[in-house]
Amino acid sequence: MSQQSSQGVSRRGFLKGSGAAVAASTVVSSTEAEAAAPGLQVVSGETSITMKVNGKSMTAKVEPRTTLLDVLRYQFDLTGAKPVSLDGSSGASTVLVGGKAVMASTTLALAVARKEVTTCESLGGDVVPAAFVEHDAQQCGFCTPGFVVAVRAFLNRHPDATEEQIRAGLNGNICRCGTYANILQAVISLVKGN
Amino acid sequence: MKNFEYAQPTTESEAVALLTEPKKETAILAGGTDLVGLMKRMVVTADRVVNICEIKSLQQIERDDSGSVWIGAAVCLDEFLDDKNTDEFPSAKQVIQGISSIQLQSQGTLVGELMRRPNCWYFREGHGLLADSGRMVNEGDNRYHAILGNRGPARFVNASRLAPSLITLGAQVRIIGPGKDEEQILDLASLYRTPAADSELENVLQPGQLVTHVIIPAHGDRLSAAYEVRHGEGPDQPLAAAAVSMDVVSGKVQNASIVLGQVAPEPWIASAAARSLCGKVVNEETAAIAGIEALAGAMPLSQNEYKIQLAQVAVKRAVLKAAGYDTGGLDSPMLNEPSASPSLETHIA
Repeated sequence: MSQQSSQGVSRRGFLKGSGAAVAASTVVSSTEAEAAAPGLQVVSGETSITMKVNGKSMTAKVEPRTTLLDVLRYQFDLTGAKPVSLDGSSGASTVLVGGKAVMASTTLALAVARKEVTTCESLGGDVVPAAFVEHDAQQCGFCTPGFVVAVRAFLNRHPDATEEQIRAGLNGNICRCGTYANILQAVISLVKGN
Repeated sequence: MKNFEYAQPTTESEAVALLTEPKKETAILAGGTDLVGLMKRMVVTADRVVNICEIKSLQQIERDDSGSVWIGAAVCLDEFLDDKNTDEFPSAKQVIQGISSIQLQSQGTLVGELMRRPNCWYFREGHGLLADSGRMVNEGDNRYHAILGNRGPARFVNASRLAPSLITLGAQVRIIGPGKDEEQILDLASLYRTPAADSELENVLQPGQLVTHVIIPAHGDRLSAAYEVRHGEGPDQPLAAAAVSMDVVSGKVQNASIVLGQVAPEPWIASAAARSLCGKVVNEETAAIAGIEALAGAMPLSQNEYKIQLAQVAVKRAVLKAAGYDTGGLDSPMLNEPSASPSLETHIA
């Protein structure tokens, strides 16, 4: 199928002539201040950005198309977050940006410039991986880093979660070995522990 | 991914200026949960990507003087869930809870969810929205495709899970561009369309236009609920979905609104189903009739006749849920009687 992709109608094709009349009143507003120069800057080609990764300021050379996952794995050697799915549906690339769980594989590196990134590598002393070990919550281990970060974010948001909330809240991560039952027990132990 | 230019405007007018660059195909980036995957697959090959998340005016949820709640295009789904101003929109919150991926909730935006491109696998493999004027869908695997509004070449289903509930809540969108200082307010339902030609999108936005806010009018005591039929827990798109909002006065329905999701190329407004409820007491029978009315015109493709019943059930359960009846599921005890929720007692005294 992928060979045929190039034959598809491009978005440019859709956009051409899509200027259908919109049935709505048009009003003019000038609520926005006049364009300030920095916001109009356009980045193309390679550029340097810095971000705070696990508490340390780090610099990367990125193109606009470089994802956060590319930077973490191939420039910072932080290989915990995994490249599994193109669209982030596996959850294996989960990291925290500004404390919130995001999929590094669908986050552009430029959008994270000057922000705080936390990866599973900084959670070594955290109770979450310890609970995973305690409850034998992994088999091959490939999904584990993404799961650990997602659980950390979930517990930050729902420290008193019920079992049903845990089941519902961790649906963004997939484990092909099927260790969900033990992951669930690990998370339940942390809620009770709190 | 094809390489592209990147810009991060800090005001709405900068965003419009960046999006209206002549001879450049532009794409709007918010959370990126949909766009980045589409760019990796080269389904979207933009020359310039404009990240709107740093625009202050788009980062807030605010209530205006008339009581309407304005949700900016950079507001994430979890921020909508947590905000007190949105408590009167239970159907929308139910849908976001159903998306049930902490990553999608904290990275994805509400407006981005409304603008999600169709999940049709022919589209996502690069065959275009219409996939050879509907031929590929007709002759291929169409189990998740449209059962309503599919008589033209478009057979995909609209991908937004939130649109049905927000349409029943009377939501509007504020759109800016393509001209400098151009601004309009449009009913959310009118944002969507069923494309009839390869040159058309599944929405009416022109190049250079940007949805900046969703505006939901004050809802008062109006009841609302959403119900999604899914093949499992998780962030996958549902098989069929429905949302309802209605007033119940002296035990009888007034002014119902029912919108179906996952059944047609745009959110499907089921006016006859809503009319069938008016003046009636909500019970299993009247709710089931609304479901049958909603699907009366369904025209299934070769592999998706099953969706008719699922959509009927979605309507029935959304109506019952809005009226306070238990419809099962994880979040409720198994009871078949109206719950003792305060809203129901007020309405069915």
